[in-house]
This record gives sequence, structure tokens and C-alpha cells, in this order.
Amino acid sequence: MIRFTEPGPQTTVQDLGRPGHLREGIPPSGPMDVRAFVAANRLVGNPDGAAGLESTVLGPRFSVERACAIAVTGAEAPVTVNDAPAPQWATVALKPGDAVRIGAAKAGVRIYVAFSGGLDVPAVLGSRATYLRGRLGGVEGRALRRGDALALLPSAGAPPLRRLAAAEIPALEPEPEIRVVLGPQADRFTDEGLHAFLSSPYEMLPQSDRMGARLTGPRIAHRNGHDIISDGIALGAIQVPGDGQPIVLLVDRQSTGGYTKVATVGSFDIGRVGQVKPGQRVRFRAVEVAEAHRLRQQFERSLAQVAGGGVPT
Amino acid sequence: MALCVELGDEISVETNTRVRALEFLIQQKGLTGVVETVPSFRSLLVYYDPAQVGYEALCASLATLVEQASTATLPPSRVVEIPCCYAPDLGLDLEAAAERLQMTTDELVRAHSGAEYLVYFVGFTPGLPYMAGVPARIQLPRLTTPRVKVPPGSVGLGGAQFCIYSVESPGGYWLLGRTPLRLYDPEAADPTLLRAGDRVRMRPIPRAEYDVIAARVAARTYRPVIA
Repeated sequence: MIRFTEPGPQTTVQDLGRPGHLREGIPPSGPMDVRAFVAANRLVGNPDGAAGLESTVLGPRFSVERACAIAVTGAEAPVTVNDAPAPQWATVALKPGDAVRIGAAKAGVRIYVAFSGGLDVPAVLGSRATYLRGRLGGVEGRALRRGDALALLPSAGAPPLRRLAAAEIPALEPEPEIRVVLGPQADRFTDEGLHAFLSSPYEMLPQSDRMGARLTGPRIAHRNGHDIISDGIALGAIQVPGDGQPIVLLVDRQSTGGYTKVATVGSFDIGRVGQVKPGQRVRFRAVEVAEAHRLRQQFERSLAQVAGGGVPT
Repeated sequence: MALCVELGDEISVETNTRVRALEFLIQQKGLTGVVETVPSFRSLLVYYDPAQVGYEALCASLATLVEQASTATLPPSRVVEIPCCYAPDLGLDLEAAAERLQMTTDELVRAHSGAEYLVYFVGFTPGLPYMAGVPARIQLPRLTTPRVKVPPGSVGLGGAQFCIYSVESPGGYWLLGRTPLRLYDPEAADPTLLRAGDRVRMRPIPRAEYDVIAARVAARTYRPVIA
């Protein structure tokens, strides 16, 4: 068992998500930063989709009853085992009784913890991912609480101790450039509004969450009204309500909505959006669909190779 | 990756039927690379895997299917009966709505429960149906001030639309009553009750029956009436 003495303000169980239910209004959930999540699983010898933890800003404190391995990736945060510093982006072997403490993120927002074997929570609609607003999946559909104890599924044995090469650890840039494809309602904005969107920095607001990243910056002005007949909201869609401020819709998004969407963040950059701290700024750059496909291929190649590649499932 | 196929620019049964027909055709043909589809009033959002299908190729096959998308291609709708208690303590706006429409609450209940509704699509929150078919004589503009919290199961009218709240959420519809059924139940094997294309009939029930059904729903012994 893994016993949580302090889970942190928002630590949820996630796997690679629950696709196929948006038409019922149920979002896929899953990790915000897929690459960091997959790297953590590979470092402990798990299949890519084994269930692990996503913490927002502050990591958990827990102790283990049996020997296992963990890997901590994502945001840069201090990790200790029995008060001795331990590395991130590396396999860490734990003995029975070891106490792990993961502190506050110094850079980035989402911290991932993988456990050898993966967390044993019931699969709901084929996934262990937590969807907080829908109280679905994970541990009773909620964030972890103090005193929670989770079991691990059997693992293939102790994984080799590995550490990611520095070049494989993503840089958490101070002002990341996020690539977008304009549309589907870019024509509903003024030229000045579109110019502002593509040339100005936008600051992440603290009320951002797994549903949407709320940003503030120069007004993205509409031509005539901000409402549309409600339609489907793709991952990364950037809604702009009447106040002209962008909201990037993420893994726990509403399936449909009635605000104009100026552009869509490429799926390859969603993880980077998920690591932007409140107060930090981003810039948006428009790319064509063909370029977005190329960037997606590049992302998938990088994902296939991270941490020495996947294990057979 | 995703693309949005727009089939019109208005809320109408005709346009929405074509949206659902297109979705059905995509399922029938097992279109390569399509991962997931999300129907709404007038468009279909198509999620795809660019490793399996290119953007132009997908647009071309979708264009062919759009031409074939007509009412004739859809399978028959399910008909779902929703028991509903139209009482002022559950339908918080029932009396105000009747007064505004210049009819008695009984007349309003008869008009509302006498119609058959079409689920345009399910979305926004899990299991929330957007429905067509509100008789013209009971259509009302939305509330001027939306409620901060509407209890799940609330049956609401807003303009030409009708919805049943699936989770507690803010809302601007006139609340006429409440169903003891759960339109979204995260602990059920199939968490959502309604699907795009379903036909919905309301069955007025007295408070005592509401309580009985609510208890059976809680005990998981109630089976919704679906034909």
C-alpha cells in the first residue's frame, strides 16, 4: 500500500484518459503533460497507460509498505526519500517503510509520480483517470485526501535504475511560444483583435484548471458578438467570450460551448500550456494545418523514444 | 487533431438530423483515422489521428458522406420515458411560468408533458440533453437572472429549448418540475441516460411516486422505460 500523509491540494489518479465519451458530455481527462507522464511510467518499467498521480503545484507526501520503484517527472520540484534528496526524471527504488516527500514546484505546475505496477483503482468506462467535476474514475472521482491508501498492481519485477539524459528533459521556458491553427471562428474577430492575439503576450490566471487555462492580455476584439450556436469544443480550442480574453480548453473541458473560438492549440503543445504558472506569460504563433501535422509527427516520434521507448503491453 | 463539419447555420430539426446522419454514416463506414465524433445543433466535431489519415483525404471522404447524410440513413430513435413531478417545490418556476403564459399550472403541465421531444445532442456537462419540440404556446425567453445552482434532475424551459439538468450547475431556464431519474450517474455502468437522436416523453407523476422512484434509483433497482 501507498499511504498518503499529505496528498497536496490537488493530486489525482490519471492514466492516458477515457476517449470516446465526449458525445455523452464526458471529457477524456488524463494527464495535462502526456510526455512527462509517459516518461515517468517508462522509468519504472510500466506500460505507458499505467495509472499514476498528477499533482498541481505541490506534490504529495507518502510512505510505502512494500518495496517498489517510483519516478517523479513534470514540474521541477524537490524530492526526498527519508529526508535525503532524490532525483527527478529517474528511477528511484524504495524499501518498505520509506517516506517520500515531493515539495512545491519551482518551475512548471504539474508534477507526475509513477509507481512500478501502477496504481490499482477501478477502471470506469475503460479508464482509471479522474474527472473531478464529473466525480468519475480515480479514487471515488475525487482528489486524494490525507489518510488515503492505494494498492499497486503487480509489476514485472524491480526495474533497472535509469535516469533521463539532460537533453530529454523538457526545458520549462519563461515565456513559451504556443503553436495554434486559426479557426474555426477566426473570421468573427477584427483584424486588430487577431493581430493582438498573435503579437502580444498573455498572462496565465490563477483560476486556470484542468478544464481550461484562463489568460489575460490585450483584448481580442469581436466583429459582431461573441456567441455562436453551441458546437463541439476540440482539445486546445481557444474560446474568447465577450471580454476578449482567451480560455484554452483542456483535458477536462466541456464537450460543447457557445463562445467564438479564435484558434486551436496543437495537441503537441497542450503539455507546455499545462506547465505554465499563474503570472507567467505565453505567446501564440499561427501555423498552417500541414505544419501542425508535421509538429504532431515530431511530437509522436519524441514521445515514442522518451526514456528508451515503451515496454510491450 | 479535430475538424468541424458545419451543416447549416441555424437550430433546426432538419439540420441536426443531417448532423446525426453524418455521424451514423461515419460509424457505419468505419472511416479510417476517425477517433471520436461530437454532434451538436448544426455541426459534427470529428477527432482524427493524423498518423492514419491526412487532412485533405479526410475532408474528401467527409464531403462524400455529407452528400449522403439524409434522414433516410438514420436507424430508428429510442423512445425514453422521463417521469416528472410538476410540483411548485420541485419546479421552482412552475407557477411564475404559468402566470407569464397566462394559463393555469395544469394547462402548462399538460402542454409540456403532451409533447414529444428530440434530443439534438448531449453535452456541455455529462449527460445534459439539448432538446427540440417545445410547443410554441409555452415558449418563454430565458430567466433574466440565471440561478447560481440548479439541482440535478430539474426540468427546464428556455425559448424553443428544453433541457434536464444532469448535474448541479448554474442555469437560466424556467424550472417546471423534477425527474427522480439520474441523467448522469458516475457510479452506473453506463453513466448517461440519453443520447443524441433519442425521443423523450414526459410522464407526470405525483409526489409520492417521485419519492418511490427516487428510492429505487438510489437502490439501483429502477429500470428506465426505453422503447
